[in-house]
Amino acid sequence: MRVLLLTASSDVDVMAHGVFKYSFFGHEAWITTTHISLLFIMLILIAFSIVGGIVIRKGAEVPGAFQNVVELIVEKLDGMVDGTMGKNSTKYRNYISTIFIFILFSNISGLLGLRPPTADYGVTFPLGVVTFTLVRFNQFKYHKPKEIWTDMCSPLPPWLPIWFPINVISELAVPISLSLRLFANVLSGTIMMALVYGLLKWASVIWPAALHVYFDLFSGAIQTYVFCMLTMTYVSNAIGGEE
Amino acid sequence: MEFNREFILGCSAIGAGLAVIAGIGPGVGQGIAAGHAAAAVGRNPGAKSSITSTMLLGQAVAETTGLYGLLIAFLLLFLKPLLWGVN
Repeated sequence: MRVLLLTASSDVDVMAHGVFKYSFFGHEAWITTTHISLLFIMLILIAFSIVGGIVIRKGAEVPGAFQNVVELIVEKLDGMVDGTMGKNSTKYRNYISTIFIFILFSNISGLLGLRPPTADYGVTFPLGVVTFTLVRFNQFKYHKPKEIWTDMCSPLPPWLPIWFPINVISELAVPISLSLRLFANVLSGTIMMALVYGLLKWASVIWPAALHVYFDLFSGAIQTYVFCMLTMTYVSNAIGGEE
Repeated sequence: MEFNREFILGCSAIGAGLAVIAGIGPGVGQGIAAGHAAAAVGRNPGAKSSITSTMLLGQAVAETTGLYGLLIAFLLLFLKPLLWGVN
């Protein structure tokens, strides 16, 4: 039993590893596998965007294969943002499309043998915080402080702020639940794959491809969609009604 | 009372097993969502794509509580926080 536990914990590789240690204003800091995966993804995305930009600028009348793909991606993403945010969509197309492509590539980077960066809470939490900041910013931009106060005391009248702390907690839970959802999904997929490869060793040859399709492609795409969808919903709720 | 390493590891494993019981709730919830979506598609086959995307969104949100349980189980199994004080 002891032996099994020990071998399991030594072969199963689920955590992010430190690769390079450096000193940051006297603190010990590490470049981890997450940074390296992020760097690869950034390089891929930058190369793709540069090539895509060049192709679109030339803009053949009858689009070639690559131009078709780029136009399809942009059209689909714009359609998604338009369908959810309605009249507010124009300002948020860029941001939502960017995080969509970034999270999607991060989630499916397990296929390339990288450790998905979104399986690190340090990557997903800032994304949640950005959403939270957007929501607060838009709330203060489009509403008067009195309206916000009434909203925060909502089930009770505004002169009786008993419900206020509970509403504050529920607002603060938004970025945490957003980021934990993405993090836990990708982490669980990573750990499942690490268990399959680490414990079965030679027996895990071809069939884990099916697991990769589910854990990396399907789950990753769904979670990306959910993250962007919820961000858009929260932001358009904060912007408010159709007046 | 002194607890040794193996006892705490075993208790962590039991705790991890208990934590993933949280998976029951999302299972029931996702099943209900899928059932209603199937009924909705049967009633209005034209709206199949929007029903499917709404169902998947709802299911992914409902999955969150189960994932919290799974996260606790992973923490107990791999990070072993209960062992931090012990040697």
